This record gives sequence, structure tokens and C-alpha cells, in this order.
Amino acid sequence: MRETSYVRSEMLAEQAPPITNVGPIGWIKENLFSGWLNSILTIVMLVLIVIAVSAAFPWFFNGIWNASSLSECREILKGDTGACWAVIHERFSQLMYGFYPNHLYWRPNLAFVLLFVAVAPVLFNGLPRKMLWFSALYPFIAVWLLWGGPVWGVVVALLGFVIGFFAFRFLEPVLGSLFALILGVLATLIWWLFLAGPVANGLAGIVPLALEPVESRKFGGLMLSMTLGVTGIVGSLPLGIVLALGRQSDLVIVKSLSVGFIEFIRGVPLITLLIVASTLLNVFLPPGTDFDIILRVMIMVTLFAAAYMAEVIRGGLAALPKGQYEAADALGLDYWKAQRLIIMPQALKISIPGIVSTFIGLFKDTTLVSIISLFDMLGFAKAIQANAEWQGIVWELYVFIAFVFWIFCFSMSRYSMYLERKLQTGH
Amino acid sequence: MKKSVFFGALTVASLAAGAVAAGTMDDVKARGKLNCGVSTGLVGFAAPDANGTWNGFDVGVCRAVAAAVLGDPTAIEFVPTTGKTRFTALASGEVDMLARNTTWTFTRDVDLKFEFVGVNYYDGQGFMAPKSLGVTSAKDLDGATVCIQTGTTTELNLADFFRSNNMSYEPVPIETNAEAQQQYLSGACDVLTTDASGLAATRASFENPKDHVILPEIISKEPLGPLVRHGDNQWGDLVRWTLNALISAEELGITSANIDELAKGTNNPEINRILGTEGDLGAMLGLDKQWAYRAIKAGGNYGELFEKNIGENTPIGLARGLNAQWKDGGLIYSPPFR
Repeated sequence: MRETSYVRSEMLAEQAPPITNVGPIGWIKENLFSGWLNSILTIVMLVLIVIAVSAAFPWFFNGIWNASSLSECREILKGDTGACWAVIHERFSQLMYGFYPNHLYWRPNLAFVLLFVAVAPVLFNGLPRKMLWFSALYPFIAVWLLWGGPVWGVVVALLGFVIGFFAFRFLEPVLGSLFALILGVLATLIWWLFLAGPVANGLAGIVPLALEPVESRKFGGLMLSMTLGVTGIVGSLPLGIVLALGRQSDLVIVKSLSVGFIEFIRGVPLITLLIVASTLLNVFLPPGTDFDIILRVMIMVTLFAAAYMAEVIRGGLAALPKGQYEAADALGLDYWKAQRLIIMPQALKISIPGIVSTFIGLFKDTTLVSIISLFDMLGFAKAIQANAEWQGIVWELYVFIAFVFWIFCFSMSRYSMYLERKLQTGH
Repeated sequence: MKKSVFFGALTVASLAAGAVAAGTMDDVKARGKLNCGVSTGLVGFAAPDANGTWNGFDVGVCRAVAAAVLGDPTAIEFVPTTGKTRFTALASGEVDMLARNTTWTFTRDVDLKFEFVGVNYYDGQGFMAPKSLGVTSAKDLDGATVCIQTGTTTELNLADFFRSNNMSYEPVPIETNAEAQQQYLSGACDVLTTDASGLAATRASFENPKDHVILPEIISKEPLGPLVRHGDNQWGDLVRWTLNALISAEELGITSANIDELAKGTNNPEINRILGTEGDLGAMLGLDKQWAYRAIKAGGNYGELFEKNIGENTPIGLARGLNAQWKDGGLIYSPPFR
């Protein structure tokens, strides 16, 4: 008997979806022309983009790279549109290193490369943990490389931390952590203030291992921004955490000090603080005081960023459910352990976007030092415009500076996105 | 950075509190460097070149003083100052002298307690307008928008000029000269006003300088000169007479080319006194006999500095005008070296 079936016995082969719904066409249809309003907007934007690109493109690529002055650029261009990139070419090292002596460029370069080595284990935890020792040493290495001078100054400064640490370790079982901490800090300060100088001089007398010293006034360009930015970023995070915890503390004095500091710093524009650091301090300090200008600015920038950081982290702390604090208490953890193991990892994770925004803001704020006549890249832009050869040049310099800043800020923001994805624990 | 900085800048501060300020000249000699306040960048007057060396007309004064005191025209720490920070920098001792095209006014001299040691450039405030605007005189500017640098005497002069002529104007305040150029070229204002020297330099940098006119009126007196703090007359004298030495050198025909020849002795007693082959003027300043020789040798006499930095053969192309020697009908005049 012949089998007759009225239903299909085998599946129909899958067919490709209609050409208008997949691939580039489908994407375009869905994303660009999904309705008459979106279609009009798409067309308008396309026209605008074409106009902008066709205006900027010749200017970018018709640019002159080799000329010694703006008028020479104009002669070469003979009325065509074109950028005079020659100014970047001629002044590149100045925009990067400022007045730093030419033959010592390797030092900031090396410091820059080592910065990545030092930062890598902090940023990516797949790397060997032993590299963190190098990260801890890096600030001292960088200071020595950038400013030069005898190596012993940096070594004894580092010894201060070691002394403080051991004082704390040995005193803690005897006196309890608070007194041990206070005495440890005191020991460090006493070492720095009274003993470090003579010891460093003595050691320098025995083993004169030194780099050619470079004064702070010679710092400039991107290097200055990097120095200030990295110090500010490295310094403001721990300081901000301490301030945020201080603000939440039950101890009246700690709390009011933290609140007072945060609100004072946030209530004052950075420019004011910079001007205080650069000029007003000079009036108050006795004449002849050599209080390094860049150090002053570093302190101000760090304090400023720390106040904002504290508020960002406080936001993270406030977002944690109360149950987390209570769970920590229930486990019998003391305050610092609870903070270190339970509260901070979560609070910091929540605050990552805010923290990175503060970092980016801080890095860009370093350009404000041109107000107090330190020559960062923007300061140099003005100084370069004041040369008879380059007077009247504007766009090229600012486009270049914007591009350099964009690279740094964009990488920071990409890293923060990577970190957020990595630490994602929700489902 | 000195290592001491790390160990506690604050201690340094408190320890140094006991130290009493010596004379500026002793400070400079002890330091081995002159801290000279200059502009953050003004065409022809002060700007760093591609090697980071500062050049310009004002810088020339710094170099002459450094050469006179320290014997080395490069022993200078240039401290760039803005229109806002310059006076605090000088008052606080951050700089030893200011050579930063600063207008000598009553209040700056008396109230701010500075001592202007002379005038190295007689300037005056002028106006520049596009030719297409069709104005020929500043008196036609009623109702114009004016680009103006803030924090300078220019701002006040402008208000005075328009008020005394019963005209109205709309100011467009801007911070720097470079910004002023851009704003003016983009049409943000009808007229640009600043010192006439600055206008000439700005116009020279335009793509089509002929499309712009500098109006004939000069509405203010702007005697620009180096200044020092009140109260240290020895230092003030030194800077004053270094400037005078440069001016006298031009008057007497001492140039950087023939100075070595003249320093062997001449028939002109004043040249001899300046160059130290006769008398001992240097000792009265607390310096050696050769101080003025070194100052002039550093960058040439006043006229040479002018020609090299802002004169007619430079892109800025300023004529001597008021800044010619008194013998040539200008105002540049040095008291005698006697």
C-alpha cells in the first residue's frame, strides 16, 4: 500500500531571510531609515558630515610639514587651503618636554616607559604580583629620573617609609594600632626632617652616584601635564578614600575635619588655589625660601582632586545596602578589615565611572597651570604664537594639543569600561 | 628639584624665617642667576625660540643686567609672568626685576611700591580696523565693538577716550594678543585696540596686511620700562644705569662690533668712563670697572637691540619714531655718565 501523507514528512530547508532585512541593507533600513522622521534626520546628518569633511579634509592633508615660518607656509600654499603643520614639526620637542635640556630627553622618555611597567600590574591582574614592588618603587625612580641629582636623596626619602613601617610593626603589639600608627608617622617625619638631609649628604660624599640635576622651571609641555596628572591621580585616590571614610565616621573631630576640608576645597576654583600656590605663598613665606613651584602645584592639584574623589567614593559607599555593613559586623571583622574586604571593593566598583571622570578632569585641569605662567602645552602655544615667525598661527597648535589630550583621556575612559565589564557580577 | 624639598618644604620655610633678606644684588650674586620677569610671550619683546632660548627687546635688558652683575648674559632664570601675576611676582621677590613692557603710571610707581628705572620703549595706544569698514579716524568709531586686552592700562585709556569724545562703544574683553588677533580676524569686533607696537606686529602677521589700517590717533602715552621693588636703591640704580649705558652707548657710537676697539681707550672721556678705562663708576655701583662693557657687549647697544628685535628689517617692522635718540628727534635720552 502506497503511503500517502497529507502532512509534510520532512522539514522545508531554511530559507535566507529577505535581503531587505539582513546584512548591510537590513542594518541601514533598521537603524537609519526606520521611519520618515529618521530618514529625514539621516539625510540631513549625511549632508552635514559631507560638508564638514570636505571642508576639513583638504586643510588636513594639504598641510605643509617643512617650513620655518607661517609666511613661508603661505608662500608654499600660494592661497590654497592647507594647515601649516610645520609649526608642530619645528616645535614638537618643546611641546613635549618644554625647556628640558635636549641631551637629557632620554630621562623623561625612560620615566614614561617605566610608568607603563609600573602601572600595568595595577591595571591588569593577570600579571605577576611581584611587579607591584616595582610599582611601589616607581614614584621614587621617576622623581630621580626627572629631577636628577644624587640618588641618595630619593633613597633616604624611601627609607623614611621603611622606618615608619617597621616602627608601626614593632610598636603595634605593645601599644595598639592607633598609637603605633601615630608613632610610626612621627618616626618617619623625624627621619625626613632632621636625619635624612645629613645622611643623604654623607652617602653622596661616599658614593657620588648622581644624574645631572634639572630645575623645575625647565619642565614643560606634555611632560609637565603628565607629571602633574600622574601625581594627582596617584595621590588623590588614597586621600579621597580616607576623606570619604572620614566623612562617614562617627568620630566628631575626624568627621568635621573631613567635611571642612572637602567643602572648602570644593568651594574654591582650582585657579584660585593655583594662584595662591604660585604667588600668594611667596608673599607669606620668608624671602629666599626655595619651595619648588611644581611641588606646590602638585600638592594643590592633588588636594583639589582628592576632595572631589572623596565625594565620588562617598556616593559609592552610600549605594551599598546597609546589610553589607551589618554582614561585615556579624562576621566579627574590625573596622579596617571590614572596609578592606567587604565595603571598599564594592564601593569602589560602583564608583569606577565617577573616579575615572575625576581622573580625566584632573588631567585636563593641569592645563590651567598656564595661568600661573608654567608652560604646559597651552602655555607653549601662546609662547610660540609670540614668535615673529609663527605669529598668527592658531588652529594647527590647538588641534594638535586637543589630539594629544584626546589620546590620553580616551584611553583612560576605555580602560574604565574594560574594568567595569571585568568586575561585572550581576547577571 | 632639590632633595630638601621632599624632606619638608615647610621646615625650610620655618627655618628660613629667621634669615633677613640681604640686598637684591647680593642675593643675585649668591644665587649666580638673575631672576628676570618677562612676558609669557609678546612678539618682538619676549618669546622662547625653538631651542627654548628667550629672545626679544625686553629680554635684551635682562641679558644686559645679568652681564653687568654676573658677567654672563645667559645666567638668567626667565620667569614668564602674565598681566595679572607680574606685580605679585615682583613684590613677593620671585623675580629680581621685571622687564615686561609695563607702562609706567603714577599708581604703579607710588601705590604698588615699585620703582621704574627708566623707559626702554615709548608706546601709545592705537586702533586697527579693516579697510572695508571705511573709517579714517578714531573719532568715527561711535558705537563700534572693540576688542581689548583685560587687566591693562589699555582698557582704562579706551574708556577715557570714548567718554571724553562723547561716544559709546561695546568692549569685547580678551586675554591674550593671539586671541585678540583671532577674534578680530573672525569679525567678533570692528576694531582692535592695543599698543601701537603690538598693532603693527599683529598686522604684519596677517595674510593680507593691506586690508587693514592703523588709525592715525594715538590715544595714550605708554612709556614702557623695566621696574624693580621699592626700597633697594642700590639694585634700582644698577638696573637704571645698565639701561642708561645701553642708551648712551648708541648715542656715543659704541656698538658690539667696535666695543673691544674702544675699550682700549679713546679720546672721548665719557666713552672711557662708561667702558671703565677712566674713573671707576663701577665701584660706586658695587661692581667692577667692566660692568657696562659687558652689558653692551651682551646684545649690543640700545639701537642694535631695537633693530635686531623690532626694527624695520624684522617682520614687526617698527620705525624708531619716538624711540629715536634725542639728537634724532626722539625721546630716548640718558643722563650723563659722570
